[in-house]
Amino acid sequence: MTQVCFFLGAIGCLGGAIAVIALRNPFYSVLALIVHLISLAGLFLLLQGEFLAAAQIVVYAGAVMVLYVFVAAYVGNVDEPLWEPIPGQRFIAPVLGLALFVELAIAITGSGLEAIDTRGPTVELGFGSPSAIGKLLLERFLIAFEAASLLLLVAAVGAVVLAGRHPSPSPGTPDDARGRDSATREGLEEVPG
Amino acid sequence: MDITWYLVLSALLFAVGVSGVLLRRSPLVILLCLELMLNAGNLALLAFSRSLGNQDGQVFALIVMVIAACEVVVGLGIIVAAYRRRIPLNVDDLRSLRG
Repeated sequence: MTQVCFFLGAIGCLGGAIAVIALRNPFYSVLALIVHLISLAGLFLLLQGEFLAAAQIVVYAGAVMVLYVFVAAYVGNVDEPLWEPIPGQRFIAPVLGLALFVELAIAITGSGLEAIDTRGPTVELGFGSPSAIGKLLLERFLIAFEAASLLLLVAAVGAVVLAGRHPSPSPGTPDDARGRDSATREGLEEVPG
Repeated sequence: MDITWYLVLSALLFAVGVSGVLLRRSPLVILLCLELMLNAGNLALLAFSRSLGNQDGQVFALIVMVIAACEVVVGLGIIVAAYRRRIPLNVDDLRSLRG
């Protein structure tokens, strides 16, 4: 039963991941990533990460992906040019990815870690439950928790500053900005005269 | 299932993410591929946490999810700002910091 669940989850994960990089329309890529994330949440459940599986679905597949969908719809279908700055990039990139996978697989299977060839030790009932993770977060990892909350605040403020609508002068093209600069320079020159 | 299976799957997902970053040129899709890589790392963290019977790895994975959310927010903000200023959304053209 566990094997069936693992392979279903793995197929969902891999299919979603490959669809993300294979589909040309960014909107479909975002939808493929949602499939990937939900399958990954299933794998987290198999590894007894109950709270992380729930957080994965609620935060990632829910909130973050909604953000992606909005931006993909706002920006529209950006057509990627077929021109390649590096000749043969289309073929070199998958080869490099495959080489990386082979290297990592050799490192994993050839490592002397004995614990990874087992199913892991038997753990108590509350392993990975929200209460256990919450207790760890608020006792042992309190500094990491507070730092993460501060980082989230800074990121939210930064996003508002970056993407917010600027008042006048309106952000125009770089040509406009240059024109404005020269205009102010002329204005400064007129002051002494 | 042995923990090795999970680790190999996470390596495969990471390699797919790396190929995506190398292959695609739309910044939006490159951010999605970064998500793929971070999630592959999360899977490995959970697998190790299960193999050691220790929950610290799960807290680590949770913090990684927070960092991923921050990165997405700032990255999407930059994409929207570039789109508003009519800068072409292509990473080959987005090479100067000055907008």
